[in-house]
This record gives sequence, C-alpha cells and structure tokens, in this order.
Amino acid sequence: MGEDGESPKINHSFLRDYVTEADVISTVEFNQTGDLLATGDKGGRVVIFQRETQSKGEPEELGESGEYNVYSTFQSHEPDFDYLKSLEIEEKINKIRWLPQQNAAHFLLSTNDKTIKLWKVSERDKRPEGYNLKDEEGRVKDFSTVTSLQVPVLKPTDLMVEVRPRRVFSNGHTYHVNSISVNSDGETYLSADDLRINMWHLGITDRSFNIVDIKPANMEDLTEVITAAEFHPKHCHLFVYSSSKGTLRLCDMRASALCDKHSKIFEEPEDPGNRSFFSEIISSVSDVKFSHSGRYLLTRDYLTVKVWDLHMEKGPVETYQVHEYLRSKLCSLYENDCIFDKFECVWNSTDSVIMTGAYNSFFRMFDRETGRGVTLEAWRESSKPRAVLRTRRVYTGGRRRRGDVGVDSLDFTKKILHMAWHPAENIIAIAATNNLYIFQDRVNPETQ
Amino acid sequence: MINTMECGVDAQSLISISLRKIHNSRTQRGGIKLHKNLLVSFVLRNARQVYMNEKYAEIYRMQQYEEVMTVCNEIQELNPLELAEDCEEQTGECCGSGAGTESASLCGALLPSSNQAAQPALLQTSACASALSLRADEGCKETDSSFYRSCCAEAYPVSNCEFSPVNSMHCNKTTVLDLDTHVVTTVENGYLHQDCCASLQHCCQGAQTPAKKRKVDFGYYVSEIEEVPDFTPCKRTKYEDCSYANSDHLDTSNISNLISIFGSGFSGLVSRQTDFEQAFNGQFCSKQALASLGAWTRAIVAF
Repeated sequence: MGEDGESPKINHSFLRDYVTEADVISTVEFNQTGDLLATGDKGGRVVIFQRETQSKGEPEELGESGEYNVYSTFQSHEPDFDYLKSLEIEEKINKIRWLPQQNAAHFLLSTNDKTIKLWKVSERDKRPEGYNLKDEEGRVKDFSTVTSLQVPVLKPTDLMVEVRPRRVFSNGHTYHVNSISVNSDGETYLSADDLRINMWHLGITDRSFNIVDIKPANMEDLTEVITAAEFHPKHCHLFVYSSSKGTLRLCDMRASALCDKHSKIFEEPEDPGNRSFFSEIISSVSDVKFSHSGRYLLTRDYLTVKVWDLHMEKGPVETYQVHEYLRSKLCSLYENDCIFDKFECVWNSTDSVIMTGAYNSFFRMFDRETGRGVTLEAWRESSKPRAVLRTRRVYTGGRRRRGDVGVDSLDFTKKILHMAWHPAENIIAIAATNNLYIFQDRVNPETQ
Repeated sequence: MINTMECGVDAQSLISISLRKIHNSRTQRGGIKLHKNLLVSFVLRNARQVYMNEKYAEIYRMQQYEEVMTVCNEIQELNPLELAEDCEEQTGECCGSGAGTESASLCGALLPSSNQAAQPALLQTSACASALSLRADEGCKETDSSFYRSCCAEAYPVSNCEFSPVNSMHCNKTTVLDLDTHVVTTVENGYLHQDCCASLQHCCQGAQTPAKKRKVDFGYYVSEIEEVPDFTPCKRTKYEDCSYANSDHLDTSNISNLISIFGSGFSGLVSRQTDFEQAFNGQFCSKQALASLGAWTRAIVAF
C-alpha cells in the first residue's frame, strides 16, 4: 500500500498495520529430523516448510540444496468466543510441537490460548484411475455403457499435501495456555497455562490429568504464575516449569499424582542492591528449555539468559547479558510495554551454543566454551541471500566503531521473540515480525 | 529499598501509568492477561511504597503539628460550634467502634476541636490512625467487608489532601465516601491550598460554608475515584461517562479478577511492613499505608 502524496488527508497506514498484524509469526519449530519447519502466526495459520533434498549421487554444491520451501499451509485455529465469560479467544498460535515420526505421516500439536489440536500432515502422490462405475471426473457412468471390467490402478499425480485435524483437546484450561511439550514416551504431552499444568494422552481428548495447580485458595494471595513448562528429553517422569518470580521447579511424576510439591527448585537470590520498580518484571522467566543432553536448563528473563545445572539448585552455572544497556531504560520500556516481551531461547544440537533474540532485529549467540557472545541481525536490507552475516554491535561506551548502533537508535518494534535451531545441523530459523529468516552455517554445516 | 535513581519517571507517574495499563487490559482482545497484570501490580505496589515513604518522610520533617494547629485554629474561627460538633462526632466514630457507620474524616480527626485542644494533633492523628489501621488490619485479614471498606475509603481522601507539599496544610476539601451506603461527606473550608485553587474553584465557591454532608449516586462515586490515578492533590482528571462506569461495575467476573490481582499485590504489602517501619520511625507510616489498602482495591473496582 503506497503512500499517496495527492491525498494527504487519508491515512492508509492503519490498513497496512491491520493486514500485517495477522501475519506476525508467533512460533517457530523444527521437527525431530529438521526436514520440516513449522511456523504459526497471529492469524491462526500454520505454514510448514520442507527442506529440499539433495540430488542423489551428486556432491552437494554450495547454495544449491538444503533450502526450505513452503510445503503446506492451513488454518489451525479460528477466533472464538467464550459466551459464559464474554471473552474473545484469540486465534494466535502460541506454540507448535512436532510429534516423533512413526510412519509416513507427520503429526504436530498446535495451540492457541485455550485449545490444543493434533494435525496429521500426509502426502498423496498417487491416485486410483480406471473405475468401472465412475468416469474420470467421478460422475457415475451410465451402466449400459459398461461392457467390460477393469481393475483400477494407481497412477502418479502431482504431490498433494493434506492436513487434517485428528484430535481437538478443548476445555482443559481456564487461563491462557503458554506451553505444550511432548513427552519422550511418545504417548502423552503436557499443556501449561498461567496457573495449571495438564497432562494429556494423545489419543484421549475428553479428559486430562492435572499435574500442577498453583492457584491459591484466595486469588488475592496470588504472587506468581507459570510462564513455561517442558518435559525432560529423556526421562518421561520429569518435567520443569518456570514462574514469573524467576524460579524453576523440577517435578517428578512418580512422587505423586499432583506435583505441586517440587523435587527441586532452582532460584537465584535477588541482589538487594539492584532493586528497582521493575525488579519483579525483569526477573520473570519467559522461556525454559532442557538441553539435548537433559543435563542443563536454559532460561531467559528480560535482560539475561542463564544456564542451570540440574544438579545445582542454588543458582545458574552461567549467566549471559543479552542487552544490559537496557537496564537504565526500563522505565520507558515499561511505558511502551516492551518490558513485557517474552523472548525465547534455544540450544544448538550439541548444547555448546545458545541463542536468543533482542530488539532492532538483533539476535544473540553465546558460545558456552569461550563465554563470548555475538550479535547478528535479521534484516532484509542488510543481508542478501547467501551473503555472510556480519556481526553487529550496540554502542555502550568506549571506542565507537563504524556500524555500531546507539542505544537510543534501537527500534523496539523490531523484536526477535521466536526462533528455532535445527536438531542436527547449524541451521537456524528466526522469526522477525512477519518474516522468517533461515540462516545456514556454510563453513561448519555439520555440528562437531 | 527500591532504587529510584535510574528511573526517569517519579512514583506518582508510575502509579498512573500502571493503573492505565490495567484499565486498558480490560478491553484488550483475548481477555485479561493474568501474568501481565500481576507484573503491573508489582510495579504499582513498588511505586506506591516509594511514594508513601517519600510523602511520610516529608510530612514528618515538616513539623506537622504546628501547621495543623494553625489550620485548626483558623477553621474554628469560621463556625466553631457546628464544626466542633461534627469533629467530635467524627472523631468519636473514628476512635470508637465505628463499625459500618459513616467514615470519619481523618482531617476532621486532626481538628482538635474544643475538647481536645490540649493534645498535639500529631499524636491525635496517630491515635486515630492506629485505631483505624488496627481495624484495617483485622479488616484485611478477616475481610470484614463493611467496616474495612469504609475505614480504608476514609484514608483515600487523606492522601489527596494531606500530602500536599510545602508548608501549608490548609485543606480546602476533604471528601470521604462510605462504599456501602454511598454517602459522600465533604468538609470544606475557606482556605485554599495554592495548587488546588485552579481546579477546585467551583467547589470552593461559597468557601465560608461549614461542613456539609450530601448523598451522591454511584455515578458520581466513580468520578471521584477517577482522581486516584493522578494522585496529585486536588487535580481533576477527566470524568468517564457514568453509564460506562456503571456497566463496568456489572462486569463482576472481570472486576473480581482484578481485585484479586491487586489484593495480592497489596497483601504482599501487608507482609512487608518492615520496610515501612525502617524508613520511618513509629507506626504512623505503616499503619496509614495499611489503612489505605482498601482504597486502592476499591479504586480498581471502579475500572
């Protein structure tokens, strides 16, 4: 929608914003092999990308293969209305999680604020032809024209991807669902809202087990909510959930049916000298992820990412500053609501590098072995396809280099909240508002 | 203690920003976000804590007693008989049982009136406040609704009027509202605080009038509470449409959610009395803060 200089009185920008709001990507997830990449957006749609397979028998050429193209698109959730509470239910996809593949079809779970759905994604590249009673278009033939019998045969056709809803898990949550996590047993999954965590069986939609309930008897006593939850990657009885107070609780489902009592609680004591109006907000954990090994936890709060060792509860083993320069700007970030942004964090396949998003289309990667962090940018203007990403820097004092960005020049509307890392290779998917960037490490495509 | 140095905005503005956020969240798509509102309530509590600390410290330093005595003497000159009666009655209610009756005006309590002239107003205030806040304590814990509300609503106008900076403690208007009977009590005198002149001109016309009571309807009550967000003495904010406010009041489930949220924030405040007590000797500060807890909770109700 171009700006029209001839009609200054009409401002079309609101239309532009309306159109793109639904396209804002709200979740990104690779499947277990990394061949499929799913994104969900605020409009309730899911787009699945598939990696192009390399030509058989030919060596891989740089830039020729391994790219992701659109595989399928479907409408997962529609806007809904809760008549009892007079509440609108947003169709925004909060999370997508793939199930481990068991046959030719792929399954994924997608959730909005209230309802989780299981989708079956299957391909069809053959169709039967040569029916006796139906013609090519499917119309019933006049029986008098049938003079002989033939056996229908399967003929190849253009590839068709079908996506069908197989289960709908509804009415399980009073509050807004923020996480889903598939169990390593392949049969169950958990869903977490602000106050409760439920465990479902993938085959049963009319009931679920409530495994965590932190709702106080008197809501006036409420002091914390659940912000994220995940099953352990290897132990099907363990899961972790994070809270708005910055604590992590590891729960063992073998201990009791209701896991309100944690097995371990991970929290870092607050530094009393650093207390401000916004201490509670910036300590709220927005994302928690188990490492692939299952030994560590990665958490993200507003200003830092932290690595925790499951064997040590008293504090994180590593803390990385994502954008410490924002600490003095918390007031204005509170006013414009940016302080409530929930950033995700991810591990690479070998748990040696962690990554998280920031503002101004920047995202940060931290090498755990060296402790060093690097800032990269996901922005169309500054990176052409197949160009090498150059590192960026936010100027916070000292010698100013060319290309440094001042803190006051940061664009807080361009935020990188959602991202995913390929399970085996150095390929990352970054969601920047309504754009998806896929970066591949050509130098070290395979992780060591 | 909260470090306010890095924040470019003062506590008062933070309070109004926070309340505005809560108000806006009620009309956001997707319903009230519990997590976000909980975090906002923490900011609200922190800002209020800082604001109260600052204001009480200021008052304490300002040698309140002498100023109040001056005010009271001047007020007594207006219409000593009627006011004294009123004050006596109100003070009695305040420091007596007072359950469920019309709220006593703390300002009225400050007026020594003829039978208590000997007592320093500060002590009297503390005594009254202690009595109030003790009940507020109980009210908070037992949720004894009627007295708790009226007691705490009483403290709300205090903050509007009492905490005016500078030397003058001239109170141009003290309004108290009983939330159960919706009776608004207004005490007016002829002495205007400088800052209040412009905004409350119309109120203070006929400034020599004695204390009067009037009944108002619910719509006006909401308009009164609208002043809370600004939290600046005597500053008038824009009034919401009464019908809108009424329909909000009927949306009980959302309102009760909000109350619950803010109740939690302020229950937290109850348990952190030590901060107050360290900041300010004596129990005056913390108990006043406790007494006004309900006013905040009820202020949110109006949204």
